[in-house]
Order: sequence, then structure tokens, then C-alpha cells
Amino acid sequence: MADFEIPEPKEIPVIPRVQPGVMSHSAPFVAKPNFQEPLGFPGELVDNWEDVAVKKLGELTGKYRSLQVYLDSCVKCGACTDKCHYYLGTSDPKNMPVARQDLLRQVYRRYYTLAGQYFPKLVGAVDMSKEVLDDWYSYYHQCSQCRRCSVFCPYGIDTAEISMAAREIMDAVGQGQKYCNEIIGKVYKIGNNLGLPEPALVDTLEGLEEEVEEDTGVKVRYPVDEKGAEVLLVTPSADFFAEPHVDGLIGYGKVFHQAGISWTLSSHASEAANFGMFIGSYENMQRVSMRVREAALELGVKRIVFGECGHAWRVAYSFLNTLAGPFDFLDPKYPVPQHICEVTHDLIKRGALKLDPSANDDMVLTYHDSCNVARASRMGDSPGGQFFIPREIIKAVCNNFVDMPPDTIHDATYCCGGGGGLLTDDLMELRVKGALPRMEALKQVVDNDGVTHMAAICAICKSQFTKVIPYYGFGMDMIVSVHQLVSNAIVLANNEQ
Amino acid sequence: MFLTVLYAFIFYAAFIILVAGLAFKIRQYWTTPAPLKIPTTPAPTTTTGVVFRMGRELVFFESLFRSSKWTWIFGWMFHIGLFLVLARHLRYFIEPVWWWVELIQPFGKYGAFAMLAGLAGLWARRLLVDRVRYISAPSDHLMLALLIGIGATGALMTYVTHTDIIALKAFLLSLMYFDWLNMQPLPGDPILVLHLTLVAALMIIFPFSKLLHAPGVFFSPSRNQVDNPRERRHLAPWAAKLESGGQQ
Ligand code: HEM
Ligand code: HEM
Ligand code: SF4
Ligand code: SF4
Repeated sequence: MADFEIPEPKEIPVIPRVQPGVMSHSAPFVAKPNFQEPLGFPGELVDNWEDVAVKKLGELTGKYRSLQVYLDSCVKCGACTDKCHYYLGTSDPKNMPVARQDLLRQVYRRYYTLAGQYFPKLVGAVDMSKEVLDDWYSYYHQCSQCRRCSVFCPYGIDTAEISMAAREIMDAVGQGQKYCNEIIGKVYKIGNNLGLPEPALVDTLEGLEEEVEEDTGVKVRYPVDEKGAEVLLVTPSADFFAEPHVDGLIGYGKVFHQAGISWTLSSHASEAANFGMFIGSYENMQRVSMRVREAALELGVKRIVFGECGHAWRVAYSFLNTLAGPFDFLDPKYPVPQHICEVTHDLIKRGALKLDPSANDDMVLTYHDSCNVARASRMGDSPGGQFFIPREIIKAVCNNFVDMPPDTIHDATYCCGGGGGLLTDDLMELRVKGALPRMEALKQVVDNDGVTHMAAICAICKSQFTKVIPYYGFGMDMIVSVHQLVSNAIVLANNEQ
Repeated sequence: MFLTVLYAFIFYAAFIILVAGLAFKIRQYWTTPAPLKIPTTPAPTTTTGVVFRMGRELVFFESLFRSSKWTWIFGWMFHIGLFLVLARHLRYFIEPVWWWVELIQPFGKYGAFAMLAGLAGLWARRLLVDRVRYISAPSDHLMLALLIGIGATGALMTYVTHTDIIALKAFLLSLMYFDWLNMQPLPGDPILVLHLTLVAALMIIFPFSKLLHAPGVFFSPSRNQVDNPRERRHLAPWAAKLESGGQQ
């Protein structure tokens, strides 16, 4: 099935011994000039790239306190070394968070600290060189920016910040990653990651309306670009096509229908994802975010709601107000933006949805916390809402729910293995191996509690799992959207709006 | 007399480097913008909450406790020991000695053992666990050796050889009050001299090494930020410039 060894899930997970270099061959395709230039990056490796890289590093430490403090503060205590799913899945020591940081730190020390300038050997400082750049390209694309290491570091050192900075430096010297940069270009040109133009989007949604009507006998609407709707729904474009994403989209529509909330998608902001974050580019992240603001203004909506997507929710929750605010033209009664789970949870609590959880009785569910939702955002008004709100929704629409082991959920959740701009076929080996810790946790509840399905609220998690889960002997239909469960359980009434 | 003058110079120099170096780094951390909200969540939604979160990190090493019990035990022992030892040392620099410094003298003495045991444990971990060995540079080992050296020479004085503390204090006070004409001599015990040499080395390295974790921990955005991005915008000056200069 694969030209690499698939790791064996263990009953009791073990921390592997280090095997230097075993993943040094793993690297994604480099972006061609036509993918680099629209984002404002040089097309290919510039001549004096060593200088440019070092200068860019200095520029970034001056722009981001996180980077400056994190590069200085690590004491090499080793607490993070066994926290990264990529280390656990590959045994390559450069996938230990601190070692990953050190790839950048060694250059920082050489050029920006006295100790590194005068005693490079002593403090592990090295010159910028081709080997260093190759290591960066390889290992900063083996980090899904999941922040698990940050939770466990005594100073909260977040390797995600370091790998974002490293990717920004690589973009600045002209060695960008094809997958991310091509996709960002598509958003600029067409409006979404999939490159789905407006007519096709309209078509797809009409098809969806018919399908739902056939299934339920109720005309649930899936509108695009409807001016004056109350809610603008911004959702990952995978929701328009992929399984099980689209079942989630069907669910959002049913929730709005049932609650009598008018809503619309936008063809201009037909993408919740914002890969600008993955490449550490404030400018690109802002440019993508502005589309949401523009769409909201153009359509005259009162609220913005985001669909199920992990990193998109991080950008939306944590950054959108800063990047594209202020949103003083929206209804101040609601936070901007809201997560679809917040909306649904609220409606459930108010008894506004009629639910029949027995509709999901054929499943025993568990829930995968997406990293960006768990560790980089919130839902509701109290800390930790991002954990209990999705679970309360699931429990309201399903009778059988079991959590995975405590050290693999909530803020200790393991990444699916495909986040952070790594969800590309050229990184298949990494993705399969990186999923190991999650698969081990899943196997435990499958074996002990008869779990049959795992729900997720992230487009990347869903795509990644459906793709890699077969390598571990599970069926790809085991992955479901949270709003797919809602969709199954919701009892529709014919309330024409 | 030569020894006294030499160490007077060394300590003035070390002190200036330590203070100026730290001031520079703290200023740098303070003035570098944090353009986006990146607290590791769940994070407190109020400033008071953040103070408590930071407090738990500083006093109990909360995150470390979650991640690695052995590192936590040794690391915490070392830092608590260090804290006691340093507090006890205040009696050399303060006249009259504060009451609480008096109070901790008898048991503060044992801080040295906690410190040394902690350091030994941390070093063992660094040598024995293959992952930690892999990430260790020579400087990481030397730092532990240096601290063990300081601790061991100190403990030797406390428990074995003893030194003339009255004379030492007179020397230190004359340094502190710039009483150069009336400079008191530094006792010449080799162990004390070694202790002081190592301490001066530590002071000099401090602002150039990973010991910056001590000021750094206060500035870590993933720990010290309030979780309120939907309520408030957080535009860094350079980002605001992008906004007005770019699209819109
Ligand atoms: C704000 C005060 C401080 C805090 C919160 C703090 C916290 C920590 C933590 C959590 C660790 C990691 C765990 C460990 O290895 O012990 C650590 C390591 C370390 N700290 Fe501190 N520290 C502080 C001040 C200091 C000071 C003043 C010194 C210096 C004399 C120091 C020296 C060290 C050393 C050498 C290590 C690395 C130990 C190793 O090699 O494993 N720390 N610190
Ligand atoms: C200028 C600064 C310092 C001076 C003058 C100094 C002096 C001394 C003296 C005279 C003693 C013996 C105490 C006795 O006989 O009861 C001692 C003990 C000790 N010193 Fe220092 N020391 C200094 C800094 C430090 C530092 C920075 C550390 C730790 C990193 C340290 C660690 C120790 C320890 C562990 C002991 C033994 C335990 C104790 O008596 O508290 N010293 N020091
Ligand atoms: S952010 Fe996640 S993927 Fe990256 S080093 Fe940390 S634990 Fe690993
Ligand atoms: S846990 Fe933090 S301080 Fe410790 S080695 Fe990892 S990054 Fe460095």
C-alpha cells in the first residue's frame, strides 16, 4: 500500500529512541515562480539568499515579540521532546519541537548573539548555508503548527511561531512551498482554495438543495450572494464537495432553516481557510481576511458565522478583528465572528431545535479536538468552551459518546497529522506517520468501548483522516462532521422563510 | 591587597554587564510588538486571570509539571534551593539584615542540598535520556557544571572550611558604597575566591545565555496574553501602517 513503513499502533504508546536523519528526505514540492509572484515573493532562490535570509530573520525578531523571546529563552529542558506527533511517529530527532526550533535558533545565535559570534561551537551556532536551508525546508514542513509543544513548555515556547517565521524567511528568499502558495493564489484569483468559480458554486448548492429535499421532503435553502440575509456563512470550500464535509454543510443549512435564520454564502469569500497563517505571512493573511469583510459589507449581513474548520477558526476568532476589523457595522449583540457550533449550541440550549438523537443510534462516537480550535481559540464566553460546546452538541444529537484517553484530548489533543499546510500528497509518508498518536488513542476506544465513528470540526482533519485512516486498518467512512450528526438528528419542519 | 583590588574590579565589571545586559534585553522584549493574540488556550479572559496563570508558572512550574514529572522534580528543587540560597545571601549585602532574611537562615542552609541534588538530577537526565542528550550543546553541560561548582564551593564553606564572613561582608559593603579609600580586604581563602570567581562568571554569562529564560518567561505571549481578541483589536504599529498604506 505504501513505499514506507507504516508505524504499528501500540496498546500503550511508547516514546521512540532517536533515529537521526530518518525523515531528512521528506520535503514538499517547491513553488514555481507563477505561484510565488502573486503573493509578493521572489520567483526562485535569489542570488544572495544567505544575506537575505539572515536579514529577514533580524527583521522578524524585531516585528514579533514571540519570536525574539522564544529564540532566547529555551533552556533545553527537554520537556517538549516527546510531545510532537511527528517525533512520536517518525523517531527523527529533528522533529522534536526544541530541535526543530534549534534549526532556526542556531542561525539566530550565529548572527545575532555575542555568544554565537565568538563561540559558535560552544553554543551550537552555525553559518547560514545550503545544508541549513535544506534542513529548514524539510523540517519546517514537518510541523503542523499544532502548538501541542507550547502547552507543555515551561515558557510556552510555541514552535508554530518559529516554523511560521522560518517559512516566511524561505518565501522571502524565493523557496516557497507549492501547496500553500498555489492555494493562496487561487483564493486571490477565484475566491477559494479549490478554485471553484461562482457558477459552479451556485450549481453545487442547487444540487444540494434538491438532494436535501429528496431526502427529507423539506425545502432547505443553500443560498449564495443573497443581499440582506442576516448571517454570512464563511466555510471551508471542502464543505462544498468532500465527504464527510458536505454532510456538515447540509447540517448548517438545516440548523438555520429550523431556527428561521436567513443566511447566505458569498462567492467572494467562499473560503474560510486562510493559508496565509501557515506561511507566517501577516500581509497575505490580512489580504485573505479582507475578503470576508468586503463580502459582509457588500451583502449587508448582520452577523458572520464560520463553518467547521480548525485553522480558519483560529484566524477568525483570534485574528480577524485585528486584521480586518472593526466590525462595527454588524449587530453588536453577537460576537464577531461566531462559530457554527456556538450558534447551534445556543439554539439547542434554548430548545429551538427539535432533535431526535436516536437517528444516530447506529454509531458510537468519539470526538477529535482540532489543534487550532483547542489550543489557539475559544468558543462561548468561558475558557474551555471550545472543548465542551462541540461535545454538548454531540451528546444532544447522539446517544453514544465516549472520549479518547485524557492525555490525547482537550488542549493535549494530538494533531491529525495533516494540519499547517501539509495536507498534500507529496507529504504522504509524513502524514501517515504523524497520525500515529491519534490512531493509537482511537484504537483504544474502538477496542475497549466499541467506538465506531470519530467526529471532527475541521476540514483538514476530516480530509487527512479519511485519507490516512485506511493505513491503520479503519474504514474511511468512520470520520464524520459534527454537523452531519446534527443533520441526522434534526427533525425538520416546513417553515418557509 | 592585589586580590582585593582585582576582585573589586571583577565584580564591578560583572555587575555592570549583568545589569546593562539585562536592561537591554528587557527593553528589547518590552518594545518588540506582539502583533497578534496567541495565548495558548484555554487562557484567562481577564488580566487578573493572567496574573494567576503566570504566578502558577513562576512558582510551581505548572506546565512543566504536566509535561515531565522528573524534570519538574529536579528543576523545581534546583530553583527553590537557588531561591533560598540567594535570599540567605542577602545578609552579606544588607546592614541591618532584614528580619525575614534572619528567619530563613537556619533552614535556608539546606537550600544548597536541594539545589545540588536538583542540578545533579537535571544533569543525569541530560546525559541519560537520548532525546535530551541530542538537544544539548556543550554550553548546556557547562552551565550545569558552573552552577554545581558554585553550589559545591558554597556548601564547602558553609559546612566544612568556613570563611571570615564578617570580613567578607565588610569588603562587599565597601564595594557597594563605593568606599574605595577605605576598601576592606577580601579574605583570601581559596574556596571563597573560587566561589566568587564562578559567581562573577555566572553574572557575566547571564544576559548572553539561556539564563534569559528568567526575564523571558514574563514576556512569553503564549502565557501572558488575555484571551479577548473578539472584543478588542490588537494592531501593532507596523501592522497598522500596512493597513493604512495598503488596500482599503
Ligand atoms: C523567574 C525566575 C525563574 C523561573 C520561573 C525559572 C524557570 C525554569 C524552568 C521552568 C526551567 C526548566 C526546568 C529545569 O530544567 O529546571 C529552568 C531551567 C533552568 N534554570 Fe531557571 N528559572 C528562573 C530563574 C533562574 C535563574 C535566576 C537561574 C540562574 C542562576 C536559572 C537557571 C536555570 C538553569 C541553568 C536551567 C537549566 C537546567 C537544565 O540544564 O536542565 N533559572 N528554569
Ligand atoms: C557576590 C556574590 C556571592 C558571595 C559574596 C557569596 C558568598 C558565599 C559565602 C561566604 C558562603 C558561605 C556561607 C557560610 O559559610 O555560611 C556562600 C555559600 C553558598 N553560596 Fe554563595 N556567594 C555569592 C553568590 C552566590 C550565588 C550567585 C550562588 C548560586 C548560584 C551561590 C551559592 C551558594 C551556595 C549554594 C552556598 C552554600 C549554602 C549557603 O550557605 O547558603 N552563591 N556563598
Ligand atoms: S507545533 Fe505541533 S507539529 Fe510543530 S513542533 Fe510543536 S508539536 Fe510538533
Ligand atoms: S520545553 Fe520549552 S524550554 Fe524546554 S526544551 Fe522544549 S522549547 Fe525548550
